[in-house]
Amino acid sequence: MIQTGLNKVDLIFEQVNPKDVLKKAYEMTSEEIIKQILESGLKGRGGAGFPTGLKWKYTAAEKDPEKYIVCNADEGEPGTFKDREILDRVAYKVYAGMAIAGMAIGAKKGIVYLRGEYKFLLPKLQRELDIFHKLLSEVGFDFRISYRLGSGAYICGEESALFESIQGERGEPRNKPPYPTTSGVFFKPTSINNVETLVTAVMIIHHGAEVYNQLGTKDSRGSKVFSVSGDTPIPGIYELELGMTVQQFVNEFGDGDTKAVQVGGASGFCVPRKKFAETIIGFEGVPTGGSMKLFNSSRSMYNVLHNYLEFFVEESCGQCTPCRVGCQQLLKGIEKVKKGEVKSTYLNELMKLADTMKLASKCGLGQSVGNAFKTIVENFREEIIY
Amino acid sequence: MYSVGNLVKELAEKHGRERDSLIPILQGIVERHNYLTDEAMVEVAKELDISAAEVYGTASFYTFLDTEPRGKYVIRVCKTITCMMKGKNEILQTLEDMLKIKVGETTPDKMFSLLETNCIGWCHKAPAMLINEIPYTELTPEKVVEILKSYMKK
Repeated sequence: MIQTGLNKVDLIFEQVNPKDVLKKAYEMTSEEIIKQILESGLKGRGGAGFPTGLKWKYTAAEKDPEKYIVCNADEGEPGTFKDREILDRVAYKVYAGMAIAGMAIGAKKGIVYLRGEYKFLLPKLQRELDIFHKLLSEVGFDFRISYRLGSGAYICGEESALFESIQGERGEPRNKPPYPTTSGVFFKPTSINNVETLVTAVMIIHHGAEVYNQLGTKDSRGSKVFSVSGDTPIPGIYELELGMTVQQFVNEFGDGDTKAVQVGGASGFCVPRKKFAETIIGFEGVPTGGSMKLFNSSRSMYNVLHNYLEFFVEESCGQCTPCRVGCQQLLKGIEKVKKGEVKSTYLNELMKLADTMKLASKCGLGQSVGNAFKTIVENFREEIIY
Repeated sequence: MYSVGNLVKELAEKHGRERDSLIPILQGIVERHNYLTDEAMVEVAKELDISAAEVYGTASFYTFLDTEPRGKYVIRVCKTITCMMKGKNEILQTLEDMLKIKVGETTPDKMFSLLETNCIGWCHKAPAMLINEIPYTELTPEKVVEILKSYMKK
């Protein structure tokens, strides 16, 4: 492996024989599969970064005979489009990942929750699923996958909101605990994993944890699929080894005039030019579910922040007050500052509000609004005021 | 108004009559009739033996389960940051000029509804829009004219 600069990797889209991997996993015990995933250091690829092996271990330990594997394909974070590409190109690996997770935790049912915006893919995905089910029968593992479609709600990417949606309810997040590993979809023990996480698990079983372990850093093992967009001459999907700095990323993808990179979408962090060199993309620096947006100096960061806040105002489920009211007040607040209706020091009050939302919101949505808000206001205060 | 009773029964046969059948049934109605009428929601409530308020409460949570009249073709233009940066406003202007309606409205012949939507996952090929479930990407005003003309001929 070349360790200089950006290391392009081809694990996620690498073709494998699904039957061979399934057979290999089927011959392993549940403990052996979980041990491999734990040793690989794989963390969830949807953004939150919970260790996948632990999730499987906890779900496997539950006594309830009815358990579920849910694949979170409700990819809604602005700037993320990798899961669509993965499903489009290697759906069989997603299904294989679900089956292997099923073997690990003792589940017989899997559900893919696909965002409504990707409905056009469903007929093809369903055909590929039929082929996969035949393959499973040949291997001898009793496991069935079905699809559920979302209907245009960002919040349903939050795991407990997603369960509610599958159960036919409004997609409002639940209180935690209990966590999904004990009470998930239909209130049964559930391992919910992102599309990319499941595919990565297949590749770990295929190549072995020690091979995967050679990629990445101590806190961010392996590689990651990045969705690159914004002011870049080469937007698209790239699988890269983790551990690079934002500077290295900008050297590869920037247009020569990059002033900021938004890492992790609207709920992620804004990294300004002066911090490119010191900021690592990964769990030791700025984590991301894959969304990487580049902004050059022709862009107004006020417009960027305004767009993000409008997004959150619309997508907040409205269930808890800190998030429902907080999002609206942050948006109104920066509009007032911009118009000069209030003093610029009002931004300090809004920063406190963002902190309160982080502490008091019920789910990840409200808790993350402050990430973009604070990093943009801190680094581009003048652009917000004038 | 349309007679929706048979469709609801057909969808309930297909998806079941459990609570978790509700959203697939509502999605099935929207697929056929573009939006959910009060009548349709009452029928679903009867079929699943739950209150109509629960059906409405669920439907109204989801952007794609429209409870307002929509045209045969629902156009949703992405308005999130990358599409915005790459010329979403020109795309919207072209659509408004061609259809002679504003965002949020439906043409008088009930053929087209024009809406904005949040990120649809095509940022690398921005600007993008959906017409019903079909995505159109790397849009330019010229391209939008061609696409819309092809729908007008349908």
